[in-house]
This record gives sequence, C-alpha cells and structure tokens, in this order.
Amino acid sequence: MFAYAPFMILGAPYEATMGLVQKIFYFHAACGMAMFLAAFVSGIGSAGFLFTRRPAADRLAVAGAELTSIIGLIVLVTGPLWARKAWGVWWQWDARLTSTLVMWLIFNAYLLLRRYGGPGSDRLAAAVALFGMANVPFVYWSVNVWRTLHPKTSVIPSLQPGMRGPFWFCVAAFLLVSTLILLLRTQLEKRRQQLDELYLALED
Amino acid sequence: MKKLYVLLFVLLFAAPAAVAAQPPKTPAASQDGFVPVEAPANGQDAMPAPRLVAAAYGFIWIVLFGYLWSIRTRLAGVEREMEVITRRVAGGKQ
Repeated sequence: MFAYAPFMILGAPYEATMGLVQKIFYFHAACGMAMFLAAFVSGIGSAGFLFTRRPAADRLAVAGAELTSIIGLIVLVTGPLWARKAWGVWWQWDARLTSTLVMWLIFNAYLLLRRYGGPGSDRLAAAVALFGMANVPFVYWSVNVWRTLHPKTSVIPSLQPGMRGPFWFCVAAFLLVSTLILLLRTQLEKRRQQLDELYLALED
Repeated sequence: MKKLYVLLFVLLFAAPAAVAAQPPKTPAASQDGFVPVEAPANGQDAMPAPRLVAAAYGFIWIVLFGYLWSIRTRLAGVEREMEVITRRVAGGKQ
C-alpha cells in the first residue's frame, strides 16, 4: 500500500497555480494526520500512566512521543520544501508553522526528559506529553483562526475527485504504517522493561 | 488569589474576542481549495519543482525506513542482552 502510493500520486492531476510541487501535499498532509494520531496516543498513554501507573500506558506514551518526533520532523522538512516553491520562502513564522514547531519541540522535550531526567522523570515527562497533546487542536485550527499562508483545513473536504482518491489512499497508508511502527516500538519498550526487571533480579 | 482568578477569567474570554476582532483576511490563491489541471504551468517556474518533490519524497522514505531499521536494531540488542542476563540469573539461582 505504501509502495503503491507514489504511483497514485503520479497519476493525480496537477494543481493550477502550484503545479508539480503541490504533489508534496499528498504525503505532507498525511504525515500531519499521522503526527496528530501519534500525539494523541502519547497524550492518552501519559494520562493513563499518570492516573493508573500502569507500565503498558507508559509504553504507549513513549512509543507515541517518539513517533510524533519522527513524523513531525518529516512534516517540518517537507512543508518548507513545498513552501519554497509555493510561497517563495522556506519558512514563515505564522500560526500553523510555529505551533507545529512548538508541538514538535514539546515531544522532543518529553524524549529528552525520559532519557536524561533521572528517577521520577517518567511522571514529569507524562505531564509534558499532556501539554503536547493539548497543542494538537491549536495546530489544527490555527489556519482557520489566524492570518496564515498555509492552506486551510477546508482544502481537504473540497478536494476534486482526481485528487481525493490518492490523498485518502496516502492517509490510509500512513496511518497503517504509523500503527505498525507504534506496535513495534511498544514491543521494544516492553522488552526493555523486562530487561530492567531481570537486572533487578540479578542484583537481588 | 481572587485577582488571579479574575485575570484568568478575563484572559479566557478576551482571547477569543481578540481573535474575532481581527480584520477580515483575504485568502490567497490555493488557500481555500486546489484547482486541478492536466499539466503544470511550464516556463513560469524559477525553482526546480521536480528537485523539491524528489527531495521531499526521498526524505520521507529515508526517515521512515531509517526509523524502522533503528527500532529493529534496538530490539535485537535488547533481545541479545536479555539472553545473557537470563543465563546469568539462571546460573546464580543454581
């Protein structure tokens, strides 16, 4: 599915004013949606961990935060590549771009806290992830509320039939890949926790 | 403390009002919807669009496969370490 997506994008019509560069949209917007999903997974996992202290919730939170960071990086790199051609600049400090950058930084802060925060940093990081998740609605609606160069959310429901099919195909492919990565990353975290328990057993 | 609550209350209700009070914006082309055409407008583009598109898609594939490879490597490392520790724990119990 993921390998077939570029062929669908190639077959999609060109956009009248932006031309070929608009084709970045198919993966860029799909990545944005996958980033929102990962941020929600991390936030919900963190809330679950804060309230129940269940290690499974913590594993989900870590996996979600790392995926948000990775997909966020893709969004923040592909966006400027599109913008350079469409707007004539790589970056604009407008609401959508800045709030996305802030959200990405929050999840990177989460990962740094987890790695270097020492004992108790898991709970502190969980609170940070909650703030990261709370940022998602602001990022999503920022284009409709504030003055910005970024296309509005209305672009997606108004897509023409030739563009709609490839776009939703890409979204499905990215959400599927993101889910698989999340499961794999959660498994890694589970094995790590088991390894820590083994080390503790060895010390005893 | 009461003043703080009042300030928070004002901020909460003033923010949406301030946003609503902004002057109406005139959306740029391609901001409200995309218009499909059969071929791109050639000759008027100064920036090499194919290079930008190739860079974007290349970057996405490299990052995603790099990340998957990194998870697989880390998982294999943890599995190896677990095997060693399990053997040591089992040896210590005997």
